[in-house]
Amino acid sequence: MSTQILMPALSPTMEEGTLTKWLVKEGDTVKAGDVIAEIETDKATMEVEAVDEGKLAQILVKAGTENVKVNTPIAVLLEEGEVATALRSNGAGQGAKAAPVIGVGAAEKLAPRAPEAGARPTPPSTEHRIFASPLARRIASEKGIDLAHLKGTGPHGRIVKADVENAGPAKPGQAKAPPARQASAQRPGATPSSIPDARLFFKEDSYKFVPHDSIRRTIARRLTASKRDIPHYYLTIDCQLDRTLEARAALNAKSPKDGPGAYRLSVNDFIVKAAAAALIEVPGVNASWTDDGLLMHAHADIGVAVALDFGLITPIVFAAEEKGLRRISGEVKDLAARARAKKLKPQEFEGGTFAVSNLGMYGIRNFTAVINPPHAAILAVGAGEERAIVRGGAIKTANMMTVQLSCDHRVIDGALGAQWLEVFKACIENPAEMLL
Amino acid sequence: MTGAYDLIVIGSGPGGYVCAIRASQLGLKTAIIEREQLGGICLNWGCVPTKALLRSSELFHLIGRAGEFGIKTGPVSFDLPAIVERSRKVSAQLSNGVKFLMKKNKIDVIDGTARLAGKGKISVTKDSQSTEYSAKNIVLATGARARTLPGLEPDGDRVWTYKEALLPKAMPKSLLVIGSGAIGIEFASFFCTLGAQVTVIEVLDRILPVEDEEISAFAAKAFQKQGIKIVTGASVMKLDKSASGVTATLKSKDGKETALSADRVILAVGIVGNTENLGLEDLGVRVEKTHVVVNEWGETGVPGLYAIGDLVGPPWLAHKASHEGVIVAERIAGVKGVHPLDASKVPGCTYCWPQVASVGLTEAAAKAKGHDIKVGRFPFIGNAKAIAMGETDGLVKTVYDAKSGELLGAHMVGAEVTELIQGFTIARTGELTEAELMHTIFPHPTLSEMMHESVLAAFGRVLHI
Repeated sequence: MSTQILMPALSPTMEEGTLTKWLVKEGDTVKAGDVIAEIETDKATMEVEAVDEGKLAQILVKAGTENVKVNTPIAVLLEEGEVATALRSNGAGQGAKAAPVIGVGAAEKLAPRAPEAGARPTPPSTEHRIFASPLARRIASEKGIDLAHLKGTGPHGRIVKADVENAGPAKPGQAKAPPARQASAQRPGATPSSIPDARLFFKEDSYKFVPHDSIRRTIARRLTASKRDIPHYYLTIDCQLDRTLEARAALNAKSPKDGPGAYRLSVNDFIVKAAAAALIEVPGVNASWTDDGLLMHAHADIGVAVALDFGLITPIVFAAEEKGLRRISGEVKDLAARARAKKLKPQEFEGGTFAVSNLGMYGIRNFTAVINPPHAAILAVGAGEERAIVRGGAIKTANMMTVQLSCDHRVIDGALGAQWLEVFKACIENPAEMLL
Repeated sequence: MTGAYDLIVIGSGPGGYVCAIRASQLGLKTAIIEREQLGGICLNWGCVPTKALLRSSELFHLIGRAGEFGIKTGPVSFDLPAIVERSRKVSAQLSNGVKFLMKKNKIDVIDGTARLAGKGKISVTKDSQSTEYSAKNIVLATGARARTLPGLEPDGDRVWTYKEALLPKAMPKSLLVIGSGAIGIEFASFFCTLGAQVTVIEVLDRILPVEDEEISAFAAKAFQKQGIKIVTGASVMKLDKSASGVTATLKSKDGKETALSADRVILAVGIVGNTENLGLEDLGVRVEKTHVVVNEWGETGVPGLYAIGDLVGPPWLAHKASHEGVIVAERIAGVKGVHPLDASKVPGCTYCWPQVASVGLTEAAAKAKGHDIKVGRFPFIGNAKAIAMGETDGLVKTVYDAKSGELLGAHMVGAEVTELIQGFTIARTGELTEAELMHTIFPHPTLSEMMHESVLAAFGRVLHI
């Protein structure tokens, strides 16, 4: 019996990807575990391994094909002795059983609880179920409209036929008309918006139009959903940084000049470590909201926001509470470098329990960050700078840093958030506390 | 001048009283004005008393078939005054029911004839005494009455409207029914079953002209089998009354004139809205062809003044009026997510024998709208329950959009189809495609299985034919 190889979902949120390269050709014999293809998503390039052994009878999706939907058959594998011609007359479909491709290059190197792409059962979806009438679903799928981007006008917000039809592509005669308000709804991945299309306000020769790539769409969709659906509130606190700076200088002085043992700790590494300590001490912040209950996480998996030329990505330092500063520092550098090279695996940047976003290097004193679900909080870190402070009635100078915690009020009440910041501040102001 | 209301409804038919109940549920201080009986035409002179009459004629028909079911009877006859009396009792019971509902919902019932007396003001006259009421919102639900044509005026004796037809003192030997919509056909069916020689005259080329052509033709054949004569494509030019009866002069499309004589004539040529003496002109409310012009929310253009039901546009059906009443009440109360009425989701029922029921587009209308369609048909003769009941004459037809699987329309003729059509109405309203209906398990043995089969048939999967 022939087996279809399907486009794998390399992460829970992956909907499509580019099949960049085939590493085998039709007629090749493959064993389970052989890398057979490379797939690129918006954030990473991945290797795809075969799960079964057999003969690669037919490649259904050519290398270089973009926007290949997850679960689309990409190739057909025949068992030993089967005849390829029979398959072709079969249209590659009849009698074929579909097998998801599992295994991603180097997946076994990941921490055991890191998700293994494709091989695990679908996790409980953090996305809301979309309520749509059967007819609306049918018409949407025919027109290629993503229901996730529509606003339902039916009972309890259910998407009905009219909503899908109103979102339909512009009629030919209207193609050149100014973009309609709902224009964004036609573009897969776009965020539904009641804000008028900005193109209405500018002459066409007064700007350069840069179409969205998938990472831009993902940022727009996720952060809009976060800001809209999560009741954010914000807590700000000033931390005196002098002891952290002293500890950093002392530790960095001990590093070998270069070679495998060399390291150079940043203030941000201390912040990640302090955040991890605070998350373990105040576990109520280390949680995720679901409609049925809270997920109280056992480990502090901290996402560190990394700015890229093409967007923003938040690779994760898993179980940061178990790791020393040197290891955290090394991991962050490695993750950032691979993120820039688009070499991150989805499980390295999707998920996590908390995030740190640091704009201190730009001199930003304080800012307000948007929570990155499934997290319940994010720490926005401002610049460390000398400030005049008052201690015991006297003005003196100190290195100060302002941080702001954005909290999901569904998960974290005000006092709990404040308590977390208190612990975090104590760790930064006296790094030795992190040893406790 | 009496205390101000949030809402006053003028007219207590199925549009008006349902509107008042919904408004009261939503916390609006509500009153309703009625000049005759609570419940309006529907309960007193329309839908309900005709169903009571038709139940009697159905029983008479079935008892006449008793031998077929192994039941022995003596000679069967009927008592027309008793049939009419029962029908009146049914109406009275329901009108009382509306009275109770008004009381239960704390709706003030104002007895008298209403006239708009400026914005938010209504003057109500009863026994030449006038009282003025004020309300933030007013809903006009004054309904409609039988349309008359020049030369065809009813006289209450030889030439009836529905009202006289509901109160026959004696069985007409022969009867001309002018108009073959639901009202005409129901009376034709009633009087024919009880033994009158009935002729139905329709100006269009088929009876039940709003129904699907195939259903019309099926029904016409069934009626003819029962002895109803059907004349289509003919208009009645004049009615000459004499001591012994009425002679109608018919003109066919090609201009040929013929004469038809009968004991009595029932006029069922449509309705006209009750727009007169309401003070509409003074407020600038637009009336077109005897119906008040409103937008999809029942708004007349005068702030705070709404109109619903038979007073506004078609379809002129009680359940459509009730639904509009709910929509308007909810709009006034600011309920979120209210949708305008979609006429393509309003079912229509005719309680003749065999019954006719439909919702949505006819096959021809679906084609005319440019749909690529799939049509399913299932005959009653293929259904176990229909055979067991001895009701094998009928058809269930479904019209699907071939591409989207939208149920565009459903059309039925046969026993109890008026009780079945709600299933297809739910399917249309819930936007179910053929897949959901195919996956639905219909109980066996029921007539409803034919609905399933008809859907299956539309997609080449019919099981029992």
